[in-house]
Amino acid sequence: MSNVLVFAEHINKAFSKNALVAVGAGREIAGKSGGECYVAVLGSGIEGLANEIAEHGAKTVFAVEHAALENYTADAHAQAIANLAEEKGCDIVVSAASSIGKDVMPRVAIRLGAAMASDITGYNDDGTIERPTYAGNAVATVSLETAKKVITVRATAFEPAAKDGTAAVEKTDAKIDEGALKMKFVAFNETKSDRPPLTEASVVVSGGRGLKSGENFTEVLEPLVDAMGAAMGASRAAVDAGFVPNDLQIGQTGKVVAPELYIAVGISGAIQHLAGMKDSKVIVAINKDEEAPIFQVSDYGLVADLFKAVPEMKEAVEKLK
Amino acid sequence: MKILVAAKRVPDPNATIKVRPDGTGIVTDNLKYVVNPFCEIAIEEALRIKEKQGGAEVILVSLGDQVSQEQLRTGLAMGADRAILVLAEGDTEPVIVARALAKLVEQEQPELVLMGKQSIDDDSNVVGQMLAEMLGWGQATFASEVKLADDKSSAVVTREVDGGLEDIEVQMPAIITADLRLNEPRYASLPGIMKARKKELKEVPLADLGIDTSAQVKTIKIAPPPEREAGKRVETVEELVNLLHTEAKVI
Repeated sequence: MSNVLVFAEHINKAFSKNALVAVGAGREIAGKSGGECYVAVLGSGIEGLANEIAEHGAKTVFAVEHAALENYTADAHAQAIANLAEEKGCDIVVSAASSIGKDVMPRVAIRLGAAMASDITGYNDDGTIERPTYAGNAVATVSLETAKKVITVRATAFEPAAKDGTAAVEKTDAKIDEGALKMKFVAFNETKSDRPPLTEASVVVSGGRGLKSGENFTEVLEPLVDAMGAAMGASRAAVDAGFVPNDLQIGQTGKVVAPELYIAVGISGAIQHLAGMKDSKVIVAINKDEEAPIFQVSDYGLVADLFKAVPEMKEAVEKLK
Repeated sequence: MKILVAAKRVPDPNATIKVRPDGTGIVTDNLKYVVNPFCEIAIEEALRIKEKQGGAEVILVSLGDQVSQEQLRTGLAMGADRAILVLAEGDTEPVIVARALAKLVEQEQPELVLMGKQSIDDDSNVVGQMLAEMLGWGQATFASEVKLADDKSSAVVTREVDGGLEDIEVQMPAIITADLRLNEPRYASLPGIMKARKKELKEVPLADLGIDTSAQVKTIKIAPPPEREAGKRVETVEELVNLLHTEAKVI
């Protein structure tokens, strides 16, 4: 029997889907290991936030307060999470494999002397873990051989926790050795967008090198993206070519998405790109090269000049509404 | 200034990876190996810092079997000063790699450790962070810009995070892990390749480092991912939109 502690991350006091998925995974893992699921929210003045996530059915939500947790930094957060896990007797610590979870959880693992599995896609009944390796070309089944375990979960592979219970909220002061802190938050430059976040959108339209320029992303692809209420993504090739910023990148070295509908425009389908989108429910490829590997994973493939097909598709989608 | 850079030998990112039918690993016959792309970016950043400082020592470290020499020679040809190869058979799990690096940091006393954010074989993205915690250092992961303070006591690093870019200030010594857009690595020049042959490449058996090498993570099996079948080809945009609406019911 092992109790689970979920680190529920927030950005500027707002939860993203990552936090709810982490709680969902934590509840699933606690169920399979016969323990309880606890949730930690860290920050300064975060009781309201703790109350919010308490509606998603954990045993207890800890509102962990400390001035040093006001802004996220890896060293302070790692101390607070590891100390809380020890104090509350939680042997398994879980978070999303987000940029925050990836940054902090390896430090938590070292502090706890815990074995770690990152970016997992499955937790089996016998406690073994599935995780993709080699850009998703292989799936490893591993077992963590220490009493304490640290896990980050891939957000597309677990269900967000339903709003189906009320956890007790317990305020607690974080235990942090401030003299040991070496990192300071300076600024966050948020990418402003009216579109849904890439990792949460139900439709993603992505462009590749076939778009030929950043202007074409704006003039050709974006009208279709907006007509569909979609998020916009890109292949690594398009990012490398400087067409669009890196936070749009989908693939092994970027974001992993699994929307209801994924439309790949002018993307050949390099292995590393497929790693980031091949779990999408329906995949559409538009490419003028009929040999492009993207067609091998597509439910619907259209061999066409994207500069003609994309505006046509925008018109057709608008007509449907 | 002394900069330690970790570099890993990995299969070519463009190679097709196939899983062995017995589930023990991937098929390695005829597989081409390269320096992990993110490690290459880390090497490049170290060289740029060296050039800007007008002097620094760049030490490459790899952990793997003898053939990892090839990747270290590539880094030496790019311009690194010397290399250390920690000899270990087969795959070594991240925490043991981090322990080995911590030991080398203790021996070499660098002011900065640069490495890739993840290796493209195991895809764990944990070693830099683990190393930072072991050393009690600060870290700046997923770096896309590094600005060292003039007195080298700290660095302001721009990080690629969900939803945008974050700037943090980290005290030195520190661990910085490279993201894709930190720089574009140079190619080794011919004179660089010639010079690399004469540069020091020291080999140290993992067992000689005196660290705990017992496994924490046991790999039970490696399996291919579920196959995705290719679907249908459509002839026109109209047909495509109709099918998405009536058959797939996604728009």
